[in-house]
Amino acid sequence: MYMVKYVIKRIALMFFVLFTIMTMSFVLVKMLPNIDAEQFGKDAALVAQRREMMGYNKPILVQYGIFLKRSILGGDWGMSEALYRMQDVWTVFVSKLPATLMVNVCSIFLSIPIGLLLGIYAALKKNKWQDYTISTLVMVFISVPSFVYAFLIQYILCFKLKLFPLQLKAGTDWFSPAMLKSAVPAILSLSFGSIAGFARYTRAELSEVLTSDFMLLARTKGLTRSQATIRHAMRNSMVPIFPMILGEFVGIMGGSLIIEQIFGVPGVGQLFLNSINGRDYNFFMLLTVFYTLIGLVAGIVVDISYGIVDPRIRMGER
Amino acid sequence: MALKNKTDYTNIPKEKFEFYKRDESIHDKKLETKPVGYFKDAMRRFAKNKSSVIAAYIILALVLFAIFVPVFCENNYTRAASDTTYLQYSKLLPKSSLFAWAGWDGCTDETLSEGDYLRREAIALETGHNPTAKLYESFQDPANDNGTYYKVRTDSYLKNGMIYLTLPESDYLAIQEWQNETGVQVIYPAVDTSSLKIATLKNDANIWYQCTNKGLPKLDKNGNFVPIYKTTGSDNYDSIRIAGDDGSYRYALVGGTSSAKSYQVRVFTYTYFQYRYGHEPSFLFGTNAYGQDILTRLAKAVRFSILLALGVSAINLFIGAIYGAVEGYYGGIIDLTMERISDILNGVPFVVVVTLFQLHLASKVGVVVSFLFAFVLTGWVGMASRVRMQFYRFKNQEYILAARTLGARDSRLMFKHIFPNALGTIITGSILSIPGVIFSESNMTYLGIVNLDSATMSSLGSMLSAGKPLLSTYPHIIFFPALVISLLMISFNLFGNGLRDAFNPSLRGTED
Repeated sequence: MYMVKYVIKRIALMFFVLFTIMTMSFVLVKMLPNIDAEQFGKDAALVAQRREMMGYNKPILVQYGIFLKRSILGGDWGMSEALYRMQDVWTVFVSKLPATLMVNVCSIFLSIPIGLLLGIYAALKKNKWQDYTISTLVMVFISVPSFVYAFLIQYILCFKLKLFPLQLKAGTDWFSPAMLKSAVPAILSLSFGSIAGFARYTRAELSEVLTSDFMLLARTKGLTRSQATIRHAMRNSMVPIFPMILGEFVGIMGGSLIIEQIFGVPGVGQLFLNSINGRDYNFFMLLTVFYTLIGLVAGIVVDISYGIVDPRIRMGER
Repeated sequence: MALKNKTDYTNIPKEKFEFYKRDESIHDKKLETKPVGYFKDAMRRFAKNKSSVIAAYIILALVLFAIFVPVFCENNYTRAASDTTYLQYSKLLPKSSLFAWAGWDGCTDETLSEGDYLRREAIALETGHNPTAKLYESFQDPANDNGTYYKVRTDSYLKNGMIYLTLPESDYLAIQEWQNETGVQVIYPAVDTSSLKIATLKNDANIWYQCTNKGLPKLDKNGNFVPIYKTTGSDNYDSIRIAGDDGSYRYALVGGTSSAKSYQVRVFTYTYFQYRYGHEPSFLFGTNAYGQDILTRLAKAVRFSILLALGVSAINLFIGAIYGAVEGYYGGIIDLTMERISDILNGVPFVVVVTLFQLHLASKVGVVVSFLFAFVLTGWVGMASRVRMQFYRFKNQEYILAARTLGARDSRLMFKHIFPNALGTIITGSILSIPGVIFSESNMTYLGIVNLDSATMSSLGSMLSAGKPLLSTYPHIIFFPALVISLLMISFNLFGNGLRDAFNPSLRGTED
């Protein structure tokens, strides 16, 4: 019961925050100078007519009302004004999702097992040379920005060794072997950082659990070290790790602006960047709402999954 | 005996008593060791963490680099904004006289076609500076019409050879004077281009010999170049002449009006640099695609990054501390309201904030200031929640109650009694936020959402994005900025982690 109430409260709060952010960005975007409607030529009367038709001459709050009714309730986010002239913004956006998802899902499926294994290994070998090596590498890989890996990978693997193409293959066959091969550089450069992140987190959690009293009890009652580790330590250390993984899964929808740009991934991140550079405000608005929503949902998923994983939290013993 | 003594004590005569230590005051023995305070203890434990200390030294080195390199290495060359001569020195490779043995000599290995190879031979013949530092081998390529190819090591500083410059009379005379003083030749004889049929060859300052329409030299019977130097004209040239000049070669094409004459001359880029800037061209980190010195631009970028990060974390510390203190101290409805505000600010994606600030404010207050605003708008939320947690921890302790009973005001309780307890966490938090700021800054400038690039200013991100298209051909342009940003991030993270461990009282004594 506690959990249900908590979830409802969090979701209500999320919509409040989302609504506020949406309002603020709508007002700020509407206050920006508009690009002239070039497709109607330089005919001033036509431009004025179009502005009237688009509702640009109404007060901003009235426009916001129209926007809410059309976009949120009706699902119509308007037409693209600059990037994909006169195409439906929502359709273009949906067509950009697969590329981002493909690269990021691959990256997360690569980094979770490697990261967890490294972290577990380091925690089991705590304060031995294996731990020091892993911890040092983790420190380096967490700190170095992902675009530096991207340059290194592109230079060494793609240019010098010619193992992979420099850019992502064009086309929409997202899971064909050729496409996956051309996505390897992007996936690798995304993965290094998250592998290190998972490893560091797992190591910290597991090594804390390994020193707790119930582990001593488990050994005392006759379990071997590996039995005690797998049955007791692992399960307990997963309590904070599992929500983190879930949060990452929600977060990957947003993609990485910089990696998508370097490897030419035609994804959401690139669309957002182009909408900024091309001053396409309808895209900008949609993607702002999208990114905000992802961030908020990821936060909620993390918090709620704590309750799912850990019965102590579910029963209201916070 | 014992019994006798006992009876004696009861009857000690009064005059036998005397006061003990009557002239000194009596107090506890003074402690012989020095007291160790919280901060001192933290510093002591920090010093034990070797990697953090090394990181601190690396940060110090980078800070010194950022401060002093622009001061000492910035010459006229780097500042040249209106003068576009620097465009002639683009994409030069890193060169250092100290590390020339390690291949840091501004040279690169490449394979040349016969035409390109002979072109460089011509430069070497005319100037005495050979762009081909080393000839490995020449071979016939059967796949390519059996043409002759040369594997060479090329000096990037010499391979551009000559350029045409149009100078006013004063400059023309000044160069001649400088030539006579130093004995270094800058101006080379003018060329009679009438025998050249193609416009690109006519405009190419490196052609001083007869050649075919393909640009290959027409050699004479002995295999020598046939010069086509100009022998008619009216330049007033009385400076160094090249070997083989019998005094008839002309050195400039005179144009302009009689009152303002202009001289079109062929100058050798290498020695012209010497004339302009007083030393031979040598760039430690090379030059970028526009011929700008990477070393000084990098130093300026690092300077900007560090200054921005320090500024942002200081402002965030200030706002976050006050906001978090108010939230945590008063609690209740005030806390709830303020938390919602920070929830909202925290929910806005950073890139959206930066974009909107750039679009709205950059034209009014400048790019840098609006960038700073964007960082500050959402950056303090983390600090505020950290301070708030600390306040929740301390505000119900007995010593606070005692101080309140004695009549201390709220502000005194907040900043005199609670705040110092939270100081360790706050300092650590704001230092750990520095690498985050540097990362976001380079990200935003890389993506071009924020553009700080100008002739005298740069940022890590824009240096990286400028080097990106040349990654395969000129990797040095991207290598040095990437190296420096990696070093910055690693060392600030290590330094911050070391500080965090040192300030964490629960870890006290665990390392020993």
